[in-house]
Amino acid sequence: MTNVLVDETSNNLNQPGEPESWRRFFTFSTDHKVIGIQYIVTAFFFFLVGGIFAMVIRGELITPEADLVDRTVYNAMFTLHGTVMLFLWTFPVLSGLANYLVPLMIGARDMAFPRLNAVAFWMVPVFGIVLMGSFLAPGGPSQAGWWAYPPVSLQNPSGALINGQFLWLLAVALSGVSSIMGAVNIVTTIVRMRAPGMTFFRMPIFVWAVMSAQIIQLFGLPALTAGAVMLLFDLTLGTAFFDPIKGGDPILFQHFFWFYSHPAVYVIILPIFGIFSELFPVYARKPLFGYKVVAISSLVIVALSAVVWVHHMFASGTPGWMRMLFMFSTMLISVPTGIKVFAWVATIWGGKIRLTSAMLFALGGLVMFVFAGITGIMLASAPMDIHVNNTYFVVGHFHYVIFGATVMGVYAALYHWFPKMTGRMYNEGLGQLHFVLTFIGANLNFFPMHPLGLEGMPRRVASYDPEFAFWNVIASIGAFLLGMSTLPFILNMVGSWVQGEKAPDNPWRAIGIEWLVSSPPTHENFEVLPIVVSDPYGYGKSDPLVSNADALEVAHEQH
Amino acid sequence: MSSTEVDPVVSQQTAVEVAHEHEETDNRMFGFIIFLLSESVIFLSFFVGYIVYKTTTLDWLPAGVTGLELREPAINTVVLVSSSFVIYFAERYLHRENLWGFRAFWLLTMAMGSYFLYGQAVEWSSLEFGITDGLFGGTFYLLTGFHGLHVLTGVILQLIMLGRSFIPGNYDNGEFGVAATSLFWHFVDVIWIVLFLLIYIWQ
Repeated sequence: MTNVLVDETSNNLNQPGEPESWRRFFTFSTDHKVIGIQYIVTAFFFFLVGGIFAMVIRGELITPEADLVDRTVYNAMFTLHGTVMLFLWTFPVLSGLANYLVPLMIGARDMAFPRLNAVAFWMVPVFGIVLMGSFLAPGGPSQAGWWAYPPVSLQNPSGALINGQFLWLLAVALSGVSSIMGAVNIVTTIVRMRAPGMTFFRMPIFVWAVMSAQIIQLFGLPALTAGAVMLLFDLTLGTAFFDPIKGGDPILFQHFFWFYSHPAVYVIILPIFGIFSELFPVYARKPLFGYKVVAISSLVIVALSAVVWVHHMFASGTPGWMRMLFMFSTMLISVPTGIKVFAWVATIWGGKIRLTSAMLFALGGLVMFVFAGITGIMLASAPMDIHVNNTYFVVGHFHYVIFGATVMGVYAALYHWFPKMTGRMYNEGLGQLHFVLTFIGANLNFFPMHPLGLEGMPRRVASYDPEFAFWNVIASIGAFLLGMSTLPFILNMVGSWVQGEKAPDNPWRAIGIEWLVSSPPTHENFEVLPIVVSDPYGYGKSDPLVSNADALEVAHEQH
Repeated sequence: MSSTEVDPVVSQQTAVEVAHEHEETDNRMFGFIIFLLSESVIFLSFFVGYIVYKTTTLDWLPAGVTGLELREPAINTVVLVSSSFVIYFAERYLHRENLWGFRAFWLLTMAMGSYFLYGQAVEWSSLEFGITDGLFGGTFYLLTGFHGLHVLTGVILQLIMLGRSFIPGNYDNGEFGVAATSLFWHFVDVIWIVLFLLIYIWQ
């Protein structure tokens, strides 16, 4: 075994920096950088798919009547929009960023289990195809929403064994297996593979955030799996678990579902917090404010995330004491989150700010996140939540989180690390155009959902009272603008990758191990492992980050 | 144990790298433990579901069912729990590099695991209720079935490890496979004890 591994290693070391062929992105590569980009590109493809579903939804809602698509198609659209955006866009794209960046940031040659890593990635297109395949199933795709609440999800109008809901559950289960593989790999990598001198409190915040997020996957996802297995048995075998007609308990499914799916929000947002924490110091030229507190607050969020799920169920016959308890725990989570926001603001404050595309997206994301945080506190309060439960207010809130903070944060990360990943510079003008379109589009799209919800427009409807028309038209215009905003991005990414200006090792004068090696880094990243000698974010100080910066890439200098 | 041996090719690399290579072999156990912790949450969820159903359902037992027979499952429990000690002795023999002692005890573990599965199958076929008979039937077959799947996985892993013990030099890079299978077996055992208490004792 060792012999084989070492032989492979030495072979690869003989050919570092070889012209990177695009074909390797279509192979079962075990290089974490290839897998990272595979994740990101696959996820972005599904982001466009989910976006098309959103266009159909907003197209339907531009008029009060249900006149664009059949209602069953509309139900399938909002179900698949949510499912695709979560399981095929945000999770994989963040896995991709974690895959690419974590080994480089902690000074490791690869992930702890490279082959497991590749298997976990290749499951993404597989369950993507399973989910898209549900269009061909009798009765069409699942129409139960991404929650798949029984008894709606148990209806199975077509009566076929292989139906849309069945394929939905299969896809979610495969996604779960892939995520657990990824989580085991990432946690092991971070705990066991840090370079000499890279203590826990020298890790960049992104690494802290990714580790925290993956811990949530490890304890939360199995609960969803348990619920999904029971739902699958109800659907296919006719068991009684969640079927009220047979004496089952549909509320129990909600507990299983939200025990994972609320923490899943932190799986998504924690890496985004990490990205913010990486970007603000670089583009404000200041050390991150309160590094240790920001690092620890990620773990506090992990702990609290396990005890907030019932706030999704205030209107599900939840007893009063439980409402009080979960209202309190939910509001508590704004403390560690608020600490982070203050740390970012203090980092930017008085800094030499460079408004590159990455920084613009990070700032835009932060602004939208703060707005989402405020509506989040409103929703945490049970009396308010009962009033707006299942209305567009909730939809508006979580789109500010999932689009406003998350997608903007992902864009920020993609611009920031694009030169590192591809060895090319992106076009700044197109990037800024992309930012303006996205920021305006997102706010135009998601802000109107708040007044709509307060006025009582329910979510998941294809037709509505004409009094809601004004805000819906604005939201739809915003959605189409948002759809268009991806065009300059795609043009920029593809164009710059093919014929962009060559990128230096460290175009942003950033401090971090990933910026000490070539762009893109060679296979196995480091000839000699870095020996870390100082804390991260040493902006304005003259301490070197590693003691052997010149020795990291002997082979690179040869070619 | 013998993983500290350094391949000649590796010795060309720096001391840091050797430490690094050494770490990679140990990572598998760390990763496996994390996986098992995660896996235990599925069982935990099923157990919580079972407790909720049992304490809130009005007609818990299906019509005509009076309860579960305790004798055979108790024997099964004794066999499975003892097999955890047997596999421990197998591991001890391997540590002392007594391969045949290892194989004998390892095979005994497999036999006991298979007996458990056989006992489970006999019990299932003798029951007068099915998986669709209310929440009792559903949770009973879900829990015992999901656990049985893990026992089966354990026996298959043991079979693979037994086969690999005949490959020369199989343990030159440590005994991860055997150690992980053994840990998995203890895990399956502990889960069964909880499950036995919940389903058979608490009736």
